[in-house]
Amino acid sequence: MIEVKDIYKSFGENQVLKGISAEFKPGVTTLIIGGSGSGKTTLMKNMVGLHEPDSGKVLYDGRDFTSMNTHERIPIRKEIGMLFQGSALFDSMTVEKNIRFPLDMFTEQSKAEKLDRINFVLERVNLAGKNKLYPTELSGGMKKRVGIARAIAMNPKYLFCDEPNSGLDPKSSIMIDELIKEITEEYNITTAVVTHDMNSVMGIGDHIIFLHQGKKWWEGSNKEITSTDNQELNDFVFATKLMETLLKK
Amino acid sequence: MIFYHFGKYILLLKAIFRKPEKLSIYKNEIFKEMVDIGLGSLGIISIISVFIGAVTTVQTAFQLTSDLIPKSIIGGITRDSTILELSPTVCSLVLAGKIGSSIASQIGTMRVTEQIDALEIMGINAPGFLILPKLLAGVIMIPMLVIVAIFLSISGGYLAGSASGAVTAAEFIQGLTTDFIPFTVVVAMVKAFVFAFIITTVSAYQGYYTSGGALEVGQASTKAVVISCIAILVSDYIIAQLLL
Repeated sequence: MIEVKDIYKSFGENQVLKGISAEFKPGVTTLIIGGSGSGKTTLMKNMVGLHEPDSGKVLYDGRDFTSMNTHERIPIRKEIGMLFQGSALFDSMTVEKNIRFPLDMFTEQSKAEKLDRINFVLERVNLAGKNKLYPTELSGGMKKRVGIARAIAMNPKYLFCDEPNSGLDPKSSIMIDELIKEITEEYNITTAVVTHDMNSVMGIGDHIIFLHQGKKWWEGSNKEITSTDNQELNDFVFATKLMETLLKK
Repeated sequence: MIFYHFGKYILLLKAIFRKPEKLSIYKNEIFKEMVDIGLGSLGIISIISVFIGAVTTVQTAFQLTSDLIPKSIIGGITRDSTILELSPTVCSLVLAGKIGSSIASQIGTMRVTEQIDALEIMGINAPGFLILPKLLAGVIMIPMLVIVAIFLSISGGYLAGSASGAVTAAEFIQGLTTDFIPFTVVVAMVKAFVFAFIITTVSAYQGYYTSGGALEVGQASTKAVVISCIAILVSDYIIAQLLL
């Protein structure tokens, strides 16, 4: 479980996070949603240590990540997998080498064991046989799936996904969402997904945290999100005509 | 502002020299970078060096109009100016453009496409993994390139002197071998080592702290070349003052 306790973060005069507390449970896909500038990506970056909070704590199964130095954080980092908005695959490496990279760095597995693991995770994301392709030869959806394969290669306990659907067509987007949810449940991973995509919210939002102006404004599930009287949340949820039309039906 | 950047640069250097996660992977990266930096720059360094030597010989001959000065001195002047200044400094300035811009744009692109964030999330020391192999490859290969440049430059001078009739081959070789001070080669190697350190680390710094997009990567690349060139010229003067 990941616990975020009273996180504050400012960039100069601009206070982005204003005392956010939340819990992320294993086997549950928690969605962090909100409009642009609401602080959702900043919250995730504070959780994984890419930014340091001004105050507050992030606990990974009780271990205080924020008080650790770079060296002390390494064991926790090895338990974290992350899917980036632009996939962040290493351009100079093939799909296979991208996935093998963390295995080479942190495990003593033989070449055959590593290859087995690579083939297993590629099969898991429906990309079997694409080992030798370079990131430039992949579509946006395939890149995201390789990103997921790389993120789960080390059997992470915690998975972070930053805007996993951005730039994808609706079909690929649903595929990525379902994959994240399946992996989370299958391996009992604690998963946090930053998104503003309402399809994801309705599809995989078991647990949703809505941020507004740097504060946690609402928390619940996708079953509750359409029936709340929270004005800011309703403005966000019903911002698209499609959502409005579907719910009327 | 200068002190802020200098402080950040020193902190980056500290991070670069942190203990590597797995030496075998770093070793492979170092060899790859040695090929890129060394073999990849051999062509341009060879061409430049031959012409530098040729031009130095021809222009020195043009300035020596007095019959009282033996023509063999042209060989000596070409040798000393090549070893002490032209090969290490001019080659390093060219390499700052070639290697420096490449390092800054490569690391800068990795920064803006979140590849460096991905390394950090994995628990890898990103500055060490990305910069240390380039730095080690640079300080090994650039002095070697300078040695090649010295030989080719003197050869260029020899050929140009003979071809133009400015100095005979025998006179040129006599000049080359007279009053040679081996310490000049040591100075050239010290310069090459320091310039290699500057080119790789300054360019890596510019790339590593890039933020934004493609435009900023281009700007980082330009800054890397400009700052490296200035730092090379300043340190050239300091080394000359200290060692000669």
